Amino acid sequence: MAVTRNSDAVTPVRSSSAFSIWLTRHANSSVGALGHLSRQPFSSLMIVLVIAVTLALPAAINVVVKNAQSISGGWENALDFSVYLRLDVSVSEAEGIARLIGQRADVESVNLVTAEAALTEFKDQSGFGAALDQLGDNPLPHALVVRPSPGNTDASLTLLQEEIGNLPESELVQVDTEWVQRFQAILDIVRQAIAIGSALLGIAIVVVIGNTIRLDIENRREEIEVTKLIGASNAFVRRPFLWTGFWYGLLGGSLALVLVQYGLYLLKDPLARLAGLYQGNITVAALDLNESSVIIGAAVFLGLFASWITAARHMRRIEPR
Amino acid sequence: MIHLDNVTKRFPGGQEALSGLSIEVQKGEMVFVTGHSGAGKSTLLRLIAVIERPTSGQVIVDKQNTRRVKRRKIPAYRRQIGMVFQDHKLLYDRPVFDNVALPLIIAGVSHRDAGRRVRAALDQVGLLHKEKQNPQTCSAGEQQRVGIARAIVTRPKVLIADEPTGNLDPELSLEVMRIFRRFNEVGVTLLIASHDISLIDRLGCRRIALEDGRLRQEVDPWQ
Repeated sequence: MAVTRNSDAVTPVRSSSAFSIWLTRHANSSVGALGHLSRQPFSSLMIVLVIAVTLALPAAINVVVKNAQSISGGWENALDFSVYLRLDVSVSEAEGIARLIGQRADVESVNLVTAEAALTEFKDQSGFGAALDQLGDNPLPHALVVRPSPGNTDASLTLLQEEIGNLPESELVQVDTEWVQRFQAILDIVRQAIAIGSALLGIAIVVVIGNTIRLDIENRREEIEVTKLIGASNAFVRRPFLWTGFWYGLLGGSLALVLVQYGLYLLKDPLARLAGLYQGNITVAALDLNESSVIIGAAVFLGLFASWITAARHMRRIEPR
Repeated sequence: MIHLDNVTKRFPGGQEALSGLSIEVQKGEMVFVTGHSGAGKSTLLRLIAVIERPTSGQVIVDKQNTRRVKRRKIPAYRRQIGMVFQDHKLLYDRPVFDNVALPLIIAGVSHRDAGRRVRAALDQVGLLHKEKQNPQTCSAGEQQRVGIARAIVTRPKVLIADEPTGNLDPELSLEVMRIFRRFNEVGVTLLIASHDISLIDRLGCRRIALEDGRLRQEVDPWQ
């Protein structure tokens, strides 16, 4: 009758493998924990709802940021800038400069807008056609529209603009798209804020689940004492509570997904209308499989973590008297 | 099988529940511990179940010195001993069957495999027909028998019982004792705390009388 190494095994009971015993125990307590939750449906639902809303919040903001990013990502390609050449630069000189800049590795293409072309366009679009005809000389300079190659970083872009601006023929480099970069920077801040917020909300979930499980343990104190008295290990009495935490996480995470997807579904029509007004083509990206599994995985992890630390703390204190 | 050697148990207040007690229970014996409340009967059983640890001296159960049973190993140790309590310590949120099956579930036996053994145990205490009932709907005598079925379902070699007939009338008490007797006949070692001396005398078992934590007398009807 030596105490066996596996602290839960009873030698004379039967000869099943340790693995099948382990599996049986977990199957028993997972179903048992689910049954326990279903016997108090209202309070279980409340907890699941709290977890779901807490998770849905950062997930929803994340979706908004993701979509904003993909929209502004379209603009990022248009980081074109204009280079106005000095008035005394001739067309052929301008063509030469355009060719020179176009050969750079960090430049995708250069488009030369001659003074004449610019004037014609300006006459057509401004409505000052007649007034401009009065001008003897064309007051506009030749201009280059430079499109940097996609591999550029913010720093290399600045350098490129500086180098072109330092050419003797160039008068002015005008960057119209700085606001896109600012927008990206704002999105970065929002994303970091979400990360911090998510961490705080994660702590909130751990506290909520932990507290629920603590109450549950108190309510079942007598049961725990009796089972320990007849030979249950800490692991055995802890197991149902771990499963309870697991189910809270899984159900809460799944409900959070449903909430976010339903919210996006509600937003679909207004966004389509908005896109129509801008003649744009906005498609709303929902949560993909990866993000969905991250949300559910995080919820399950938080549930297990919360129940683990709570159960570990309280189980040791409940000993038969 | 159960061996106490000069065991003293002193509680934090300085009060001594057992003072230098030495007793010996042979394998296959059925022994009663008697004495007034506070004489140390419960403490003796609690030391055997490692609910308490002795302040000094040795408690050896089936060659295992309880002093050397580490905290982590206590559950495995307890599963080798059947325990019956005066207040039954049943779980009232589940039927009789589940109560009796609990030690098997703790040991990792599946529900299906446990069924046969649970019914055998219930049959031995004459409660096979009550397996689906809640223990609350059972009488005190029946609840105690459920507790006994739970204690023997894992077929322990040692069974300890603390005032198992404390709440029962004489007739039910005798019935419970007869059940214990039957286990004893198949080789289970029993140590039973009781103050019902007339009942014990009818059973003709060895009796250890405690007084203030000390051995007062030993009565062996066979000597």
